[in-house]
Amino acid sequence: MSSAELNDDVAAWTESSLAVEGRVLEVVTAPASVLSTVGADVDPTAPEIVQLAADLVATMRVSPGCVGLAAPQVGESVKVFCVDVSEHPKTRDHHGTFVLCNAEVVESSRNEKAREGCMSVPDFTGDVKRATRVVVRGQLPGTGETVTLRANAFEARALQHEIDHCDGLLFLDRAAGAHAIHARKTYL
Amino acid sequence: MGAVTLHAITVLGHDRPGIIAETTAILGGLGLNLEDSSMTLLRGHFAMTLISAGDADVDTVEAALASLASGGDLTVSVRELPVERVADLAGTSWVLSVHGGDRPGIVSSVVSRVAEVGGNITDLTTRLAGDLYVLVAEVDLPKDVDSDALLVSLRETAAELGVGVSLHEVEADEL
Ligand SMILES: [Zn+2]
Repeated sequence: MSSAELNDDVAAWTESSLAVEGRVLEVVTAPASVLSTVGADVDPTAPEIVQLAADLVATMRVSPGCVGLAAPQVGESVKVFCVDVSEHPKTRDHHGTFVLCNAEVVESSRNEKAREGCMSVPDFTGDVKRATRVVVRGQLPGTGETVTLRANAFEARALQHEIDHCDGLLFLDRAAGAHAIHARKTYL
Repeated sequence: MGAVTLHAITVLGHDRPGIIAETTAILGGLGLNLEDSSMTLLRGHFAMTLISAGDADVDTVEAALASLASGGDLTVSVRELPVERVADLAGTSWVLSVHGGDRPGIVSSVVSRVAEVGGNITDLTTRLAGDLYVLVAEVDLPKDVDSDALLVSLRETAAELGVGVSLHEVEADEL
């Protein structure tokens, strides 16, 4: 995929367009029920959603290695998430930092299995099969503009992981098999 | 050489480097072949189960493996198994995931729903970290089982337990 296929509006988006200061929120961990609840659709222009978008980005920024964060992870059962895979070594093409509301995968292809972690499941990692090419549609917070973007490789995986969060699903729900969940710690 | 005997061998206990090397060397020395084997750490404890095939008898295998248990921190058991071929079920393969707050009865309640429809669990692991309990099982369902109905009954059970459940068909990518 050439970078010409990136969505320019999404690639150009930064949290400064929200014009509110993001606050760092506490990240909730499983088995919190909010993580297993389907998030509600939102009005992307509503002030509280604009604030939430800024908060998600701020919280992602202060969390080492964090490439995405969804509203249920900060205790809000709504369909909003942020992503930024620009610093990750498995990334090919990317749109930098962005937030999407009410996002859904409209096309997907080329499944690949890889190991995922999640700030809300700190003690485990899991092997999950996901599409390496996706088309995602959603709305930008603030303007409410509907955008459709093509993503590949790690950005595609991050988008599917965050959209799953908004649907009340964790990577645990997509374990590839009985031996696909791994403990991060050794018990001594 | 007489009829091939199958043995089920388990080795459990304190983990240290070299247990598998030692076990398999002893079995190899008896002329036994490893058929299926599985080894993992359960809460840090070494746990290995394997099936060996050969013409040694149980007492011989047990005596040969006794050195493994001599340190007192490993338990070894050897049982003879009847030779049988499990017929392949003409069915479908699924992955069942359950996660939620730790509480008694999660495994038994969930697997009961699977057993009720004649589903066979072919592989299962459970893990506990903090308060989070995770069960992942691979399940073979007979062809005539309505997987949607099974998911409904699994969800009812999961709701009673306050945990989440997912059921996905395994699709193999033919290459
Ligand atoms: Zn996550």
